[in-house]
Amino acid sequence: MSASSTAEAPFVPKTKVGSFTNFVDERVGGSGILREFGRKVFPDHWSFMFGEVALYSFVILLMSGTFLTFFFDPSMAETHYQGSYTPLYNVEMSVAYNSSLNISFDVRGGLFMRQVHHWAALLFVASLGVHMLRVFFTGAFRKPREMNWVVGGVLLILAMAAGFTGYSLPDDLLSGNGLRIIDGVIKSIPVIGTYISFFLFGGEFPGTAIIGRLYVLHILLVPALILLMIVIHLFMVVVHKHTQYPGPGRNDGNVVGYPLGPVYAAKAGGFFFIVFGVLALMAAAFTINPIWNYGPYDPSPVSAGTQPDWYIGFVDGALRLMPGVVNNFHFEWIVFGHTLTLNVLLPALVPAGIIFTVLFMYPWIERWVTKDNREHHVLDRPRNAPTRTAIGVAGFTWYCVMWAAAGSDLIATHFHVSLNDVTYWLRTLFFIGPIIAFIVTKRIALALQRKDREIALHGRETGRIVRLPHGEFIEVHAPLDEYKRYKLVGFESPAPLPAQPNEHGVVTRKEKRRAALSRWFFEDRVAPATPAELEAAHSHGHHEAIAAGDEQKSLSH
Amino acid sequence: MKALSQKRRHPLAAIALLLMGLLLTGGLYAVATSVNQAKADTTSYSASDVEQGGKLFAANCATCHGMGASGSQDGPSLVGVGAAAVDFQVGTGRMPMQMNGPQAQQKPAQFNEEQTKQLSAYVASLGAGPAIPEEHLLDGKGDAAKGGELFRVNCAMCHNAAAAGGALTRGKFAPALAGVSSQHIYEAMATGPQNMPVFNDSNVTPEDKRDIITFLKTIEANGSPGGADLGSLGPVSEGLFVWVAGLGVIIAFTIWLTSRTS
Repeated sequence: MSASSTAEAPFVPKTKVGSFTNFVDERVGGSGILREFGRKVFPDHWSFMFGEVALYSFVILLMSGTFLTFFFDPSMAETHYQGSYTPLYNVEMSVAYNSSLNISFDVRGGLFMRQVHHWAALLFVASLGVHMLRVFFTGAFRKPREMNWVVGGVLLILAMAAGFTGYSLPDDLLSGNGLRIIDGVIKSIPVIGTYISFFLFGGEFPGTAIIGRLYVLHILLVPALILLMIVIHLFMVVVHKHTQYPGPGRNDGNVVGYPLGPVYAAKAGGFFFIVFGVLALMAAAFTINPIWNYGPYDPSPVSAGTQPDWYIGFVDGALRLMPGVVNNFHFEWIVFGHTLTLNVLLPALVPAGIIFTVLFMYPWIERWVTKDNREHHVLDRPRNAPTRTAIGVAGFTWYCVMWAAAGSDLIATHFHVSLNDVTYWLRTLFFIGPIIAFIVTKRIALALQRKDREIALHGRETGRIVRLPHGEFIEVHAPLDEYKRYKLVGFESPAPLPAQPNEHGVVTRKEKRRAALSRWFFEDRVAPATPAELEAAHSHGHHEAIAAGDEQKSLSH
Repeated sequence: MKALSQKRRHPLAAIALLLMGLLLTGGLYAVATSVNQAKADTTSYSASDVEQGGKLFAANCATCHGMGASGSQDGPSLVGVGAAAVDFQVGTGRMPMQMNGPQAQQKPAQFNEEQTKQLSAYVASLGAGPAIPEEHLLDGKGDAAKGGELFRVNCAMCHNAAAAGGALTRGKFAPALAGVSSQHIYEAMATGPQNMPVFNDSNVTPEDKRDIITFLKTIEANGSPGGADLGSLGPVSEGLFVWVAGLGVIIAFTIWLTSRTS
């Protein structure tokens, strides 16, 4: 194409706009970039849009956050509130809280912007989480996307950090209580804990430095890192191309979907405004973080119903679940004259540590177990990877138990049960919940696979009962069309990979462990219906008598 | 003086001193506690109130609280609890108790105002205790900001900073305070019903109580400046809302956006 255009006479723009764009294009080559990106194909599926939601929430966060910085003063100097909210009039408070109240009550549009910012923050982390769940359950983290999965995990941690530093800024009672818990967790770290705490707070808690420091982290460092990670993330998405769900005509060598320009770009642009609109509606109609209710921070009071924002909830829940003493076994030890508070240290750091370690390592774990070094661009349906799906649901269940524990007091009051019983139940579920979830999920996945196989082989039940001349009843099954059948049979079902000797002919202990894990992963499997089986099933479908006999068997069960 | 100094080594001097000390501390204690004790002004109750109250008590309360309110295995003695306690417990429907449980549940009041007054009169006649507060303490015209500070320091750990209520141990709870009358709020502070501690008049003065009531009535009347308050329950209801409503609506839109193609 370019060869043919150079052969022609040089392009002479006819209009003013044309000459301007031509000027720019000759210098930066915009049309080439546009041609490349405009033809980039994205598959269409609703579950592919959560990353977009996260991105748009982040853009909204940047915009509303910039507005808030115009009016927020991150100072812990003391002042007396003189604004228009009477229940706090003349109350002694920090300048930071004072300015947050002024944003809420005396800056035009300030409360709306604060609520947009906070709702967007909650939605940002929520959509990030759902996006990661989608990626996990569809196996989109497999080669070549392992590194992008890690970048996504880092983004999740950064989002939590951004959220927490922001939560603490208004210096109200709730945020101060949250900081106190963080301070307690930091101080529970052996040897260095107290030093870190004093360094962070510039002395004894709460000091007069923390709000300013968190402010710098919140508006400068953390968003910059998030932006950097987003750039890397999207760059890799472009390099890897987008994954797609299995379907006729889709394979690891192509991407079936719509090009970015013009439809997809228009849709994505419109979607930004939809997300913005939803957030604006929420901010306009629903209160979030009513700081005026909580009052200024003072280390002495703690309000009932003190919780962190939802994404830190699981850590708070783990802290709530931890017993101080179990059958005379104390979790607080004195070691060389220093207190070691395991009842804070363990719940605060261990579950989060396990969740993020497994999350980051999972692509490599599965890669090692399957010895699968191929590139995967076609996604798995979750049921077609039963063990992975079960692991994911088990982990998610574990997270949810801790998450629920953060609201244990509200569960108790709203369902009229004893707070202690809620805690005992959640402690039990903390241990057995993931196991039950694993077993149940794996069985459901295998059952769904069997159902798929059954449908592929014998068609869909029509609900039409036919009585045969000799008095027998059968249900008529309608065969599937080829497109639907492809979805049910076109997947891989890896079999356990036995231990294999290395180049010296030795089966190493590590290899045996891998083989054991492979057996655990793939022992229970439902193979997709093969063409031969399909052929056999279809040909016997024509012989009514045989089919009827089959039906009778399955009906009599 | 000389006689006293001569007798200071008397064998009984130590005992005498001890007695004096005990009398002094006991007397001081009596004075101190009676300062805290709002006197029951039985003057406002007529003799017939007391008599009628006694009959109501015998018919409805004595099963648990015993004849003469002297208490039984099933209920405490009510001698000295004062008119305020009766007015709160009976006026809010907590007494007579619907059923045994971690704490008495609120329900529509079983007795009318007249009967409640008679019961109060009867119990107040049994011994001095906190009286029903005077009108001017309930007018809600105190200092809301000071009341807010007192509320956060003394009440918010159970009742929640926005007075939305909270959980206590083993099925007990601190109720939400919206819709509770000023008189009942005052009486609750003065008498400490259920699991609530008593905030006596030297701890939280009547004027302070007035400020707290003013604060509660102010935030109740103000409503929520930022839109629907989602129960004023803090981040849990906010998180639930963003997951269910926020993300739910977004997912509906994503399905709509991608439904036109296959």
